[in-house]
Amino acid sequence: MHELSLCEDLMDQVMTIAKAHHAKKVVCITVRIGPLSGIEPLLLESAFLISRADTLAEDAEFITENLPICVLCHDCDIESEATVNNLVCGNCDSYNTSLVSGDELILARVELENAD
Amino acid sequence: MCNTCGCNITPGNRPLVMAEKPRNGVTTVSVLQNLLSQNNNQADHNRAHFDASKVLVINLMSSPGSGKTALLEATIKRLRDSLHIAVIEGDLETENDTKRIQAQGVPAYQITTGTACHLDAHLVHNALHHLALDNLDLLFIENVGNLVCPASFDLGHHRNVVLLSVTEGDDKPAKYPVMFRAADLMLISKTDLLPYLDDFSPSNAKQNLHNLANTAPVIEFSSKDGKGMDEWIAWLLNEIKAYQALLLNKQTQRPKVQQVGQLLHAKSGTTKFYPVSDKTKGHSKHLI
Repeated sequence: MHELSLCEDLMDQVMTIAKAHHAKKVVCITVRIGPLSGIEPLLLESAFLISRADTLAEDAEFITENLPICVLCHDCDIESEATVNNLVCGNCDSYNTSLVSGDELILARVELENAD
Repeated sequence: MCNTCGCNITPGNRPLVMAEKPRNGVTTVSVLQNLLSQNNNQADHNRAHFDASKVLVINLMSSPGSGKTALLEATIKRLRDSLHIAVIEGDLETENDTKRIQAQGVPAYQITTGTACHLDAHLVHNALHHLALDNLDLLFIENVGNLVCPASFDLGHHRNVVLLSVTEGDDKPAKYPVMFRAADLMLISKTDLLPYLDDFSPSNAKQNLHNLANTAPVIEFSSKDGKGMDEWIAWLLNEIKAYQALLLNKQTQRPKVQQVGQLLHAKSGTTKFYPVSDKTKGHSKHLI
C-alpha cells in the first residue's frame, strides 16, 4: 500500500535531477528492486502512471530491474542464490549467511532529453 | 551505506550499473540513490535525538491483535518502578491503546495515521515534540498492526521486536520474510492458548525464522499467565545495558537488518497527534 508514496518521493528525486541538468524531458527512469525490499514492482509501475501526470516525466518509460537474491555464507565462503523465505547457504545449508543482493530499492538511472 | 561513493554498488547490481548505453540526444544520469533517502535522513535525525537523551527505543511490530498492547501493559507493570518508560502508539484510528497505556501511569502519545498503513520517521519525529525524552530510559513505539509495510521504514529506533501470536500460524515468518528478517527478537505471544491449537508449533515458527538467516532469540510469551516474562525483561534490561555501553563509546545501536533499499515517507495529510497524558504537558522538550 505504500508504493504510491514511495513513487512520489521517487518523482521528487527524478525532478531534482532533471532540473539540475536543465532537461526538457525525462525519457526513461530505471529503478532496481530486490524481492526483499518489500516493494511490488507492478504496483510501483501503476503508481508511476499516476505520479508522472503533468510532470517532465509525463511520457517517460519506467523500467524496473528485478535483482536476484544472493547470500554469502560465512562458514563456507560461497555465494549462492536464495529465495525470499529461505536464505540459508545453498552449498552447506548454514544459517550463518548475509545478504549480498536482494533488498535493493534504488533509483539507478535517469535518461534526460536536451540535458546539459 | 551512502549514495555518493558507490558503496551501494553490490556484487549483485554491479553488472547492471556498468552497462550504460548512450543514445543520440539523450543524457543518461546514473543515480543509485536509495528511494527511501528522505525517510532515512529523518530516521537518523530521530536517532540522534534518542541518543542525546540516552533512551533506548524499541519498535514493536506484528499483525493487528497479536498482543502488542497487552505485552506493553505487562511490561510497564513490571518495570515502572525501576525505569522511566513512555510509549508512542500508532493506529489508523482511535486512542484506545493510548488510554490503556496511560492507565498504567506512563506517558503515551497516539499517532493516528488515517489511512496510512505504517509509521514513518517523520510521523515519529512529530510525536517526539510531545515527549520529554530526557526523562526516559525506554521508549516503545507500537507500530500500526501490519506485517508488511512497517518493516520497510526506519524510524530511528534501536531494536525491532516482532510478535507472532499462536493463533496466526507458525508459517508467518515464511509468508512475511521482509518483516521477520528485520526482527532482533521474535516473541511468540498468547502461548496460554497453545493447548487449544493443534496446528501451531513453536519449533516450526523458530525454524521458519532461521530459514531467513535470522538468528534472533525467540521467546515464548503469555501476558495472561506470565510465561516468558522473566526472559523478556532480562532481554530488555540487557539491551539497555548494551546500548548505554555503546553510547559511552560514542556509538549508537541499530536494528541488525538495516536494508539498503528501505524508507520513504508517506505524505499523509490526515495525520493527527493527540497528546493524551496531561501529566507531561508543559514539560515537552523543544526539538529542532
